[in-house]
Parts: sequence; C-alpha cells; structure tokens
Amino acid sequence: MSSISLGGLLRRPEAGAALGLIAVLIFFAIFGGVTFLKPAGMASWLNVAANLGVIAIPVGLLMIAGELDISVGAMVPFGAMTVAVISGHYEMSIWLGIFLALSFGVIVGLVNGYLVIKTAVPSLIVTLGTLFAVQGIVLGLTVLITKSTSVALTTEGTAKALFGDFVLGGQLQAMVGWWLAITSLYIFFVHFSRFGNWIFAMGGDKVSARNAGIPTERMTILLFVLSSTSAAFVGMCQAILYNSAQVAGGQSFIFNAIISVVVGGVLLTGGFGSIIGIFFGTITFAIVNQGIYYTDFDRNWSSLIIGILLLGAVLMNNTFRKMALSYAPKKGGK
Amino acid sequence: MSNATTPILAMRGVNKSFGPIDVLQDISLELHAGEVLCLLGDNGAGKSTVIRLLSGVHKPSSGTIEMDGKPVSFANPRDASEHGIATVHQFGGTFPLMSIGRSFFVGVEPTKGWGPFKIYDRKKANAIAVKAVQDFGITRIDDGDRLVGGLSGGERQSLAIARAVHFGARVLILDEPTAALGVKQATHVLRIVNEAKKRGLAVIFITHQVMHAMAVGDHFAVLIRGAVAADFKKGEKSREEITDLMAGGASMSSLEAEIEGYMASHGGHPPPTSAHAAQD
Repeated sequence: MSSISLGGLLRRPEAGAALGLIAVLIFFAIFGGVTFLKPAGMASWLNVAANLGVIAIPVGLLMIAGELDISVGAMVPFGAMTVAVISGHYEMSIWLGIFLALSFGVIVGLVNGYLVIKTAVPSLIVTLGTLFAVQGIVLGLTVLITKSTSVALTTEGTAKALFGDFVLGGQLQAMVGWWLAITSLYIFFVHFSRFGNWIFAMGGDKVSARNAGIPTERMTILLFVLSSTSAAFVGMCQAILYNSAQVAGGQSFIFNAIISVVVGGVLLTGGFGSIIGIFFGTITFAIVNQGIYYTDFDRNWSSLIIGILLLGAVLMNNTFRKMALSYAPKKGGK
Repeated sequence: MSNATTPILAMRGVNKSFGPIDVLQDISLELHAGEVLCLLGDNGAGKSTVIRLLSGVHKPSSGTIEMDGKPVSFANPRDASEHGIATVHQFGGTFPLMSIGRSFFVGVEPTKGWGPFKIYDRKKANAIAVKAVQDFGITRIDDGDRLVGGLSGGERQSLAIARAVHFGARVLILDEPTAALGVKQATHVLRIVNEAKKRGLAVIFITHQVMHAMAVGDHFAVLIRGAVAADFKKGEKSREEITDLMAGGASMSSLEAEIEGYMASHGGHPPPTSAHAAQD
C-alpha cells in the first residue's frame, strides 16, 4: 500500500532537512575539499552536532507540542557549574555532582512546566524569565562560593570515560554516542509509540487533545523537564570533558537549537515535525558551523550562510508541507 | 415520531446565568433516539450556551439535565463524552497536520507489541478510520495517511462525525456544521446527519440556515433571547413562519414594510440602526 515514491518522501516533514543536508555537504565538499569528510573533519562537526542535538530534540518536541524553551541557554552552564563546584571545588564524589546537576535540570523543568500550565503565560516569556533567573543564580552562587567565574574539575575513571572522554582515536567525544542512543530512543517514542501521537495532537489543538483524554498538563511538564535536564546533561559532560566550567556560555545553544529544529522541518506553531528531521537539521547546522574552517572563506561569513540556510529551509519546508496537505491519491489508479 | 419512549436526553427547566446576566431561562427540551432536533436562533440567542451545558463545558445554574430519564451532571467535556454525548464543532475540531488514522485515534491509539515496546498500529488505525468514514458514504477518502488539513470542509465534518459514532456516541451535537460550507459540501453533511439518524443516534443540529434545518429536522426549537420561543414538529410550520420566528418573533414582512415606509418618508434613506433597538 505504501510503496516508496519520490512524492511520498517529499511530503515527509524531514524532506527539506534532508535536501538541505545534501546541499551543504556538496557545497563544503567542493569548497572545503575531502579533508572535511575524513575522520578528523567529520569528528569536528559530529562533536558540535552531538552537543547541540541532545538539546535540540527535546526543544523541538516542545515546539511540536506548541511550546518553546529558551532557558536551556542557562541550563548548560548551570549543569557544568554544579558538577564543577560539587566535585571540583568541594572535591566530593563526581557521581554526587552528576546527580545534583541532573536534579537541578529536573527542578528547573518542573518550574517551567508548572508556570506555563498554571499561569497560561506564553512559554517564551516564562522561559525567558527562568533563563535570566538561572543565569543570575549560577553567577551569584559561583562567585559567592569560589570567588571566581571559572572552576576547575578533574575527573578520572568510569565517569570520565562515560561522559567526557574522547573515543575512537581521540577525536570523537563520548557525547556522540549519547546523541545517537538518545536520538534512537526519541525516534521510537515519538514516531512508534502512542505518546508521540499525543505530542502532535497537543500542538495541533490543545483543547481537542485534552477533550480526547490526553493528559496535556502532565505531558507539557514532562517535555519541559526533558529539555532542561538534557541541557544540564550537556553542560555537565562539557565540564567533565574540558576539566573546567565557566559561568558564561551556553546562550548560543538557544538560537542554534531553534535553528536546527526549524531547519529540521518542525513547524514553529506546533503540530508538525519529526525527530529524523531535527537530527538532519542539527547535522546541517554543525556542518555549516565547522565546514567554513575547511574552506578558503573567512569564517566570519558562516553566520551569513546559516541565515540564508535557515530562510531557505523554512521556505522549502513550507512548500513541502503544502504538498503534504494538498496530497490526494489519484482517482482510479493505485 | 413516537413520544411514548423515554427521551435519551432532556433539559428540564434549565436556567443559566453568568454573574448578573441571565443567558438561558427555563429551557425545556426533549430529544429521542433516531430523531434530529434543530436548534434555531439568531446570534446571541443562547444556542452556544445550550451546547456548552449539554457537552459539559458549563453546568446549569438551576434545573436538570436528564439522560434516559435519570438526572446527570457532567464534570467536564470528557465526562459528557463518556456519557455518549459527542460535540462536533464547525471546523471538525480535528488536527489539520495529522494523518486521518492518527487523528481518528487521538488518545485511544491502537497498539501492538508488549510492555514498553508497544508500537502504534498504523495499518490498523488507518483501516478502521477509512472504513468508518466510507460507511458514512464518503468514498473519496481511501488513504488513512492523508493529512486531515487536506480534506474539504464537508469531509472533515464527516470524519469527525464518523469518529464520534465509532467511539459509541449516542447523542451528536453538531454546532453549525454547514455554516462554512458550499452548497455541495453542505449536502454531504446533511446526508451524513440522515445516516446518523438512521443508525438510531439522536442529533442536535444547530444552525441558522432554515433550508438545512428543514431538510433533516424532525423537531424544531427556536431560541430567542435565551428562551424557547417555539417548539414544534416537522410539517407544523412553513419555512416563512420559521424564518419569521428566527428574526425575533416580529413578522419579517411587517419589518420590511416598516423599512420601506421609513425610506419612502425619508428620501430613500434606510432607518438608522438605533431604530431597531427602539422597536424592541
């Protein structure tokens, strides 16, 4: 019944992202040469994609459900600083630091989720508030405790190997493994289990979804917890990888995640998108971000390319979505 | 129509006020299985409030709602739909960017497999959804992977009605289903209303298009300013009489005569809008 056809592929949410990815691959293969596709080159953009991708997928899920979370920008340094202060400054067990970093992620996610469902204030505003609040907490507490804005951390053994080491010849971060594993879990739950259907229904029409018996409030909170915990996880892993944590940094994740998600074919107003699309969107972003170093262009131009890419991808995604909407099987034939 | 049986749904002396404003006064209506009740009335007459009471959005201030002769109280819309009351709104209330199969089963997705690895059964969902719609005579829908937003307005309504019936609705509340549709699409929906009636469902059909009401209705109730102004059976009143009733009780022709008289004496100018208020 569902034979694979070109039209069928183009109507999928990730069609634009896949074409965009092929386009930037060709572009940088021509201007950057093959080094960019050799292991060292691939590691550079895979590392960027992995760190971004772990955050972009839950941010994208929130967008599919009709919400937005920009507080991830503060959760990355929060997660990094928590593990560095607990396990570096106070020299307590690394596992306690990891546990607390993730717990703070859960707590901020719960706060975001509760505020959004209880106050009905748009989630952009709520998470803008928690973005600044958490930034303030991180800076204030770090300076209060350590008298510094940068904290050193040395990790060894299992924790280092699991969360912050280089693998496969010392170029690929352990995060790439986490990213691939987490992405496949998301693909299963979003596209093959019934929970995914609930997320799409929430983004399509929240009132109808609630009347159909979907626990929309619990799902909203869960999604906010996922996104802020994922951001804390990435921050924590970076601190373990680089042996230090800074109070600043992380803000770039806000826009980079949104760009990856939108390039990946997710509709900003919710109800449409796919995990594979976000995955492709993240790789596309990372290639443009890193590929510029392999070309003769000044790297200052990379933002221009990303901007054009974003606009092009959105226009392309709009076209494909219209195709999907207007699609009707031809009369008579199969 | 026999009135010997107990009505499936009834409102008895229902009042509803929001703060100091009385929206509905002493509404009594009866609805039997296999019957279409057309609820007619101008904008603001209280039709929507009646629907909201029956679909569990609001509770009556006083008076009772009965199902099968027993008083019921709906805690929320979900509670009402568990009692078998399904409300279909003007645009079908469905999810435009979801596939037909997925939107049909939102909240009650069929799954296969075991434990945490239960998989959404796309083939089964699509097959059931497509069959349910085709049983209602919409044979143009034959691919459950199509997006709902790609269907015509009438097809969307049909999908929503088929969904309600599939999940065991006994009372269908259709809120202005034909208002946004063209003539041909509206005919589709009216045919489906007839089909639902044939299957023994009770239908409340809200409209202000008298032609559509006359085509399917067995029983008509006209609401004016929150009260039932007329309650009659098919064939008891002509189309002109119903239109006159909806226009506010005053005969449409006498209103026309008044306007013509005013225009004749005022050099062809129609009366200012406040003149209408003065006639109230």
